[in-house]
Amino acid sequence: MALLDVHDLTVAFPSVTAVAGLSFSVHESETLALVGESGSGKSLTALALMGLVPRPGRVSGAVHFGGQDLLALPEARMRQLRGRDIAMIFQEPMTSLNPVLTIGRQIAETLRLHEGLSARAARLRAIELLDLVRIADPGRQVDSHAHRLSGGMRQRVMIAMAIACNPRVLIADEPTTALDVTIQAQVLDLLDRLRRDLGMALILITHDLGVVGQWADRVVVMYAGRKVEEADPIGLLRRPLHPYSRGLLGASPRLQARAHYRLGRLAEIPGSMASALGQAGCPFAPRCDVRQDKCDSVAPALREMGEARLVACPVAA
Amino acid sequence: MSILSVTDLHAGYQRGGAVLRAVDGVSFEMQAGETLAVVGESGCGKSTLGKALLRLVPPSAGQVVFNGIDITRLRGGALRSIRRRMQMIYQDPYGSLNPRQSIGAILTAPLVVHGIGGRAERSRLVHEMLDRVGLPAASFSRYPHEFSGGQRQRIGIARALLLKPDLVVCDEPVSALDLSIQAQILNLLAGLKQERGLSYLFISHDLSVVRYFADRVLVMYLGRIVESADHAALFDHPSHPYTRALIDAAPDPGKRRPPAPIAGELPHAGALPAGCRFHPRCPLATGLCAREEPALRTIAPGQRVACHHADAVPMNTRIKREPAEA
Repeated sequence: MALLDVHDLTVAFPSVTAVAGLSFSVHESETLALVGESGSGKSLTALALMGLVPRPGRVSGAVHFGGQDLLALPEARMRQLRGRDIAMIFQEPMTSLNPVLTIGRQIAETLRLHEGLSARAARLRAIELLDLVRIADPGRQVDSHAHRLSGGMRQRVMIAMAIACNPRVLIADEPTTALDVTIQAQVLDLLDRLRRDLGMALILITHDLGVVGQWADRVVVMYAGRKVEEADPIGLLRRPLHPYSRGLLGASPRLQARAHYRLGRLAEIPGSMASALGQAGCPFAPRCDVRQDKCDSVAPALREMGEARLVACPVAA
Repeated sequence: MSILSVTDLHAGYQRGGAVLRAVDGVSFEMQAGETLAVVGESGCGKSTLGKALLRLVPPSAGQVVFNGIDITRLRGGALRSIRRRMQMIYQDPYGSLNPRQSIGAILTAPLVVHGIGGRAERSRLVHEMLDRVGLPAASFSRYPHEFSGGQRQRIGIARALLLKPDLVVCDEPVSALDLSIQAQILNLLAGLKQERGLSYLFISHDLSVVRYFADRVLVMYLGRIVESADHAALFDHPSHPYTRALIDAAPDPGKRRPPAPIAGELPHAGALPAGCRFHPRCPLATGLCAREEPALRTIAPGQRVACHHADAVPMNTRIKREPAEA
């Protein structure tokens, strides 16, 4: 049974519907990747799950978790859940860390709020958590301030705060995008180890297909607020079915590939996602290389194509 | 023929009384018509190197010879006329586009500064260039905020190329762009290079992009070149443990759940390790590495590496390492 079940999620702003009828579920100990480019709605999806969509955004649909619909909960209940049962880490940790407080105080605050620990117990647990995210010399670092730490260390602190209450679901929104490549590999390795050891579900939001292929158990490809394809990552990378998924893969230079600019051009997806605005039918139609007339008027429904594979394209085969 | 010949270049910044040696003794040759990529992580000095070559950051020592002319100490009019031949494309063109000026005014300005053409001629050149980089003619009278990130990068490219440079330093030109837009811009840069016989110094942290777009690659770590090689040799036979680690760290969808390739982080450039700068993170480090900094040496035609143990770097398998203690 799914741990978290998202049904027909829609996030609408006065000028644009950022997420439109999105459904997916995530199981215990599973890594689900939401992949897409800027404007795909992947980050707003995460904020909607956390009950943090900014005004004047309106959220509808249902998010079933632990026998309740998170979208129907009063804010006071949601505040108890947030950070305890569902936690989130962001791309830029510095914006979520308080520069005035030591990192130990900030981790301890979460623990005192949600778990009712004493100041002393919370500090000891904070040191344990810093050790768990592999910060060297945690007994000393617990008294450091965030601005003294490197970007990679800050992201480890954010992860320590996020897992402090053993959440069932951890949402990581582009957690390594701002980090250097060797640090990125360390942080992804850490997140995956914690997922396994703590039995968390991990929702990994990324634009990087390499990250998806390495770390995800299942992947949802988003375009202009909609799910266009859902697949296991190996299947997706080997044989993408939606024209957008195929375009993305063709457009990405690969480390393992022999492609070189002197031998040939990269496949391009013409135009930009802005063309989806006000598009009545398939949002990808204006950029699609297999577009048919009906695509401009009828929004394609998701079709099952093989095991655990969904594709929103009537032409894909 | 060398378009650029760099010898023992040093450049840095004053930071609270201390000198940050961002580029610390870099030497290389660049051939006309090639794309030479400079890769490394933040703090390795790759951006400062690009700026020092264009004299946007003053070199503190060493020599830069461009098209046979020593430009290291040029000033005034001589420097200006050389700059026309060397242009730069930035990661975020928005930061370098005046929001109050129309695209037409922004693109015409460099032509005016260098005294190229009359009014009508300049307008024709700008319109031709807009068309070439894939922007509609109406862009001429529009303002930077009206364009998307990909379009702004096209404007940045147009501005750099209007003066018909020989060398273009591209500083992370596609890093801020979405994947589908990144491919459009790389294809545009490749096409322009071919048409105009340009040489690109291509600064990037993204090894997948470098593999596709570079003819030759310099790998930098803490202000020094640690390896330089032809693109195929570099990716097939990386000979510096840091190059190996960078390649292993790049997300490769074919490798499921790989362990992190190396532990530790880049030390601050103000506190450089003794001996080899990479030794505190290196899985192959020995006592020698802590004492003696390795010099760049040629290990194969066209391939240089600065490592005492380059022979021990595995070519196609990951370097084994102890469990991380970072």
